[in-house]
Amino acid sequence: MGRTVRTLLGVLLLAGLGTGPALAAGEAEPPIVQSWPHQGVFGTFDRRALQRGFQVYKEVCSACHGTKYLAFRNLAALGFSEEEVKAIAAQYTVIDGPNDQGEMFERPARPSDRKPSPYPNEQAARAANNGAYPPDLSLIVKARAGGENYIYSFLVGYEEPPAGVTVPDGMYYNKYFPGHMVAMPPILQPDGVTYADGTKATVSQMARDVTQFLAWLAEPKMEERKSTGIKVMIFLVVLTALLYAYKRRIWADVH
Amino acid sequence: MASDAEPLVLKSPTLRWIEHRLPIIGFGYQHLVAYQTPRNLNYWWNFGSLAGICLMIQIVTGIVLAMHYTPHVAHAFDSVEHIMRDVNWGWFLRYAHANGASMFFIVVYIHIFRGLYYGSYKPPRELLWMLGVVILLLMMATAFMGYVLPWGQMSFWGATVITNLFSAVPFFGEAIVTWLWGGFAVDNPTLNRFFSLHYLLPFVIVGVVFLHLVALHTHGSNNPVGIDLTKKDKIPFHPYYTIKDLFGLSVFFLFFGSFLFFAPNVLGHPDNYIPANPLVTPPHIVPEWYFLPFYAILRAITFDILFIPAKLGGVIAMFASIGVLFFLPWLDKSKVRSARFRPIYKIFFWLLVLDCFILGYVGANPPEGWLVPLGQVATFWYFAHFLIVLPLLSKLERPLPVPESLSTPVLGRGMAAAPAE
Repeated sequence: MGRTVRTLLGVLLLAGLGTGPALAAGEAEPPIVQSWPHQGVFGTFDRRALQRGFQVYKEVCSACHGTKYLAFRNLAALGFSEEEVKAIAAQYTVIDGPNDQGEMFERPARPSDRKPSPYPNEQAARAANNGAYPPDLSLIVKARAGGENYIYSFLVGYEEPPAGVTVPDGMYYNKYFPGHMVAMPPILQPDGVTYADGTKATVSQMARDVTQFLAWLAEPKMEERKSTGIKVMIFLVVLTALLYAYKRRIWADVH
Repeated sequence: MASDAEPLVLKSPTLRWIEHRLPIIGFGYQHLVAYQTPRNLNYWWNFGSLAGICLMIQIVTGIVLAMHYTPHVAHAFDSVEHIMRDVNWGWFLRYAHANGASMFFIVVYIHIFRGLYYGSYKPPRELLWMLGVVILLLMMATAFMGYVLPWGQMSFWGATVITNLFSAVPFFGEAIVTWLWGGFAVDNPTLNRFFSLHYLLPFVIVGVVFLHLVALHTHGSNNPVGIDLTKKDKIPFHPYYTIKDLFGLSVFFLFFGSFLFFAPNVLGHPDNYIPANPLVTPPHIVPEWYFLPFYAILRAITFDILFIPAKLGGVIAMFASIGVLFFLPWLDKSKVRSARFRPIYKIFFWLLVLDCFILGYVGANPPEGWLVPLGQVATFWYFAHFLIVLPLLSKLERPLPVPESLSTPVLGRGMAAAPAE
């Protein structure tokens, strides 16, 4: 019977993997596999990396990409104080209203506001980007096969196309992107941002930081989930052991 | 039999007053405490009660999720993210519900294969088995519609592919599909009705589960030896099986929790975190893992059969793969229930298990190259198992000697007394 269980679980896992990362990669190279601080049962987010990643997102990515599920108040989870969150929000302008005169008006954003999108709608985004639509990044880490590893690889995966491959105007060659031709330019350049903590802003560093920020944004309750899980599992292990002992005692007169 | 158990004695006058007018205490005592159960059930018999608990978990988490979910194409995806980000314990509810569906299918598939191995579908349990098949069909419909509700890419395109299957019906196909959609494409009316039905069907399942239990308690559980047991080989359900089921439940929760808390998206598809977009088709549309074998059977029919076009053939084959289970009690006429005493059937049983995993693998991957003939062979084998192998084995197989009771050793050779009808 033990063998049966193992077979069942093994193939179940196989079926799960079959529907997961292996698909949708197409002809692209498999992403670089790295370890991430938030991986694994005990993994937690690296707050300093998240703050640096937010800076990269804010100063580079957010020119074209929205994050519709990010409210400024959520940034407290990155380790920003209430005052810092207020200050970050105030850098943005949101449209509110209507007021007593029935008019919409602009005001500085508050922590309760969502971060405004760079474009008013998809058409405006396409018009500004040569017909391409920069996807919303709120869930991007969970929405791509390969997750963090893919996002990081994609950000550092720009290179000259191999001989014989012509890249159309306004497109770029990325070896990790399915189909290789992508409308997004290699936007991360060395020292593209100046990190407040003095970390050297290499392309790889920025890619790693912003990927961690995006992983947090895709799954902001991850730490709560894992810490709850650890407590639940410890409880269940003890409960299971007790129930097993109790079961053996009750069944003693039957066996 | 349950009716042979010693009667319930109520000391409290209040309880006696109630029981005299509404005998629910006696009913509960009869079916949950005194209920006579084979003393030799192994752990594969835990999966029935586990399935019931899975159903309850799905209903409870689902009802709370429905309080925060919005069934509208413009808001459904956002409302799911609202649950994940802003609702207290929303992430727990959603991951419990989404992974709970997978757990439910794992449990039910094991429960079904346990029934196949030990011949639990044989007389007098044919209707018990058939009600189980009805539950499986209802579960599949419920799970399919539930997967549409988050309105991600796989939701939308899965719904499109599966509802389009009905267009294969001759003459009325297109009309049926338009009727199912409530329009000319999968759109807001489709999402609304799927939400409504996804909320309704679990309660229909509860009703059929009740009938399943009525049928079960009429003749009692089958057992690993597969013979009809006398009273001395039976024990009351409580405390023996209440504690055994509780222990099994705790182990099951450890398994469930490892997905829910530490790998909640492993069984899902990344594309469903992209909002539905009718203009962009995903490169590979795959259903959830628990539908993959059926998806492989659907795609295995790549050729016309006489006047039946390939598409219709695939749809018929897919539905027939469940439909054939209804006839199982009459396809396998062997008088011996348990595979323990059926050496050849045992081999074919494991071949069927392997075949289902092969079908699952084929269903998970694009239908290209050698996977196409593999899927066709596996589909053929699936049906051959039920339609050819089982009827032949019923006649040709020579079972091992079956014991008269759990305590008596096997006497003589050949088949023992056949189970009484």
